[in-house]
Amino acid sequence: MGFCLEVSGEFACFTRPEMKVERVSYDVITPSAARAIFEAILWKPAIEWHITEIEVLNPIKWMNLRRNEMESIASFRSAKTAMKEGSGLLGIYADEQRQQRASLLLKDVRYRIHGEFTMTEKAGPEDSAAKFADMFRRRAKKGQCFNQPYLGCREFSCDFALADEEDGAPAINEDRDLGFMLYDLDYSDPSAPSPLFFRARMDNGRIAIPAKDSEEVRG
Amino acid sequence: MSLNNRYEFVFLFDVKDGNPNGDPDAGNLPRVDAETGQGLVTDVCLKRKVRNYVGLFKEETPPFEIYIKEKAVLNRSNQRAYTALDLKPESKKLPKKEEDARKVTQWMCQNFFDIRTFGAVMSTDVNTGQVRGPVQLNFARSIDPVVSAEHSITRMAVTTEKEAEKQSGDNRTMGRKFTIPYGLYRCHGFISANLAKQTGFGEEDLELLWDALINMLDHDRSASRGEMSPCALYVFKHDSPLGNAPARKLFELIDINRISEGPARDYNDYQVSIREDQLPSGVQLIKYLE
Repeated sequence: MGFCLEVSGEFACFTRPEMKVERVSYDVITPSAARAIFEAILWKPAIEWHITEIEVLNPIKWMNLRRNEMESIASFRSAKTAMKEGSGLLGIYADEQRQQRASLLLKDVRYRIHGEFTMTEKAGPEDSAAKFADMFRRRAKKGQCFNQPYLGCREFSCDFALADEEDGAPAINEDRDLGFMLYDLDYSDPSAPSPLFFRARMDNGRIAIPAKDSEEVRG
Repeated sequence: MSLNNRYEFVFLFDVKDGNPNGDPDAGNLPRVDAETGQGLVTDVCLKRKVRNYVGLFKEETPPFEIYIKEKAVLNRSNQRAYTALDLKPESKKLPKKEEDARKVTQWMCQNFFDIRTFGAVMSTDVNTGQVRGPVQLNFARSIDPVVSAEHSITRMAVTTEKEAEKQSGDNRTMGRKFTIPYGLYRCHGFISANLAKQTGFGEEDLELLWDALINMLDHDRSASRGEMSPCALYVFKHDSPLGNAPARKLFELIDINRISEGPARDYNDYQVSIREDQLPSGVQLIKYLE
């Protein structure tokens, strides 16, 4: 069952995995970030979202931004020890572990994203596609969401609305070879998610997204 | 008690003759959107202030300790005593190790306000170590374009003997500071009730967050900041955890307009108008500060 969302935001950063220390965004939203937007509105273990097409509605624009960030993440081990012993020093000192990192962000983005869901094996007997379709449509129409969806990073929240394809703004008139792009992560082994890639092409502002099991998607 | 309502908020603050957020890429000039000239303040800059305020106010004790600290607000030598809570695992089916990881993450959420609020990455080989916090902040943006002014300042002393010798005892150095004469900034924030459930962010934490937004600028005085003040905090409270209206529709109800001629130099140069009659059903507007 297909759905179409129009999403827009002031900034976006769909980080290229090969340039993630000083983040550089892809030119357009990745299928995996697009999937996360659908999931922010509705997701249950019984369903799985697939992105089928992305339409780029605004010209691709860039902006550079540098921020102070932390060098390390919270330590699982010291948290565990402190929890067991009931005392200990936790915490990261911002001025000792500061890093200045630049991000190359997208500006003023707007996309029309086409997605559909399939039922997974976790679906129970009471679950039906029609039920979830109704639920999704209802939520998207009312602006309801599980958490506010975002464009790659949480500080770049986005507006979303159920789109009417016929009345919507046209996609930009531009062709672009986007090269190899992250498709999504393969979570079949949850302890070691592995990335999948595909060759993305924008034709007249439209990017067709192949199915996950097709030959075009490679690990 | 965790939250049962989704929230959005609009936080307005202003700066007079100060630099609200320096840009490390531009020699610490105030951040601006190069295309529109509007000033920007990053999400992380505001979160830092929330953390500092809570750290100061709650004196760095669990359950309101702050994980990402700044040295100035804490007593380093203190050994914190934590209460190790015996948590019941959520599901018996999970493998032992993942259960363990979940426990530790939950424990961190319970002790640290900032982890509960903004989330944290505590990654181990199992991916349960990552917490998404319920509170999501966007960049703050000034209503009008801002103008940065550069000021040269002099110092009547030098740091090293060598410098003194070079100047044959004149002992004067020059420095620079940047200010914007005035800027009114608007920041949008989101609070997800569903994510609040996952981290245990409750009603008391929410009150503390509003408190922090209203008071944090008064505890963040420095030579570079100038006079920063909170101007308004408007909170949209939805009846349901999923929300009752799109966030954008709510933000659009609040308009900020110039009501004076010439460059703005005060909050009184602006008028905030709220179309309260158009508030969607199931959404309540709370004015914590006006």
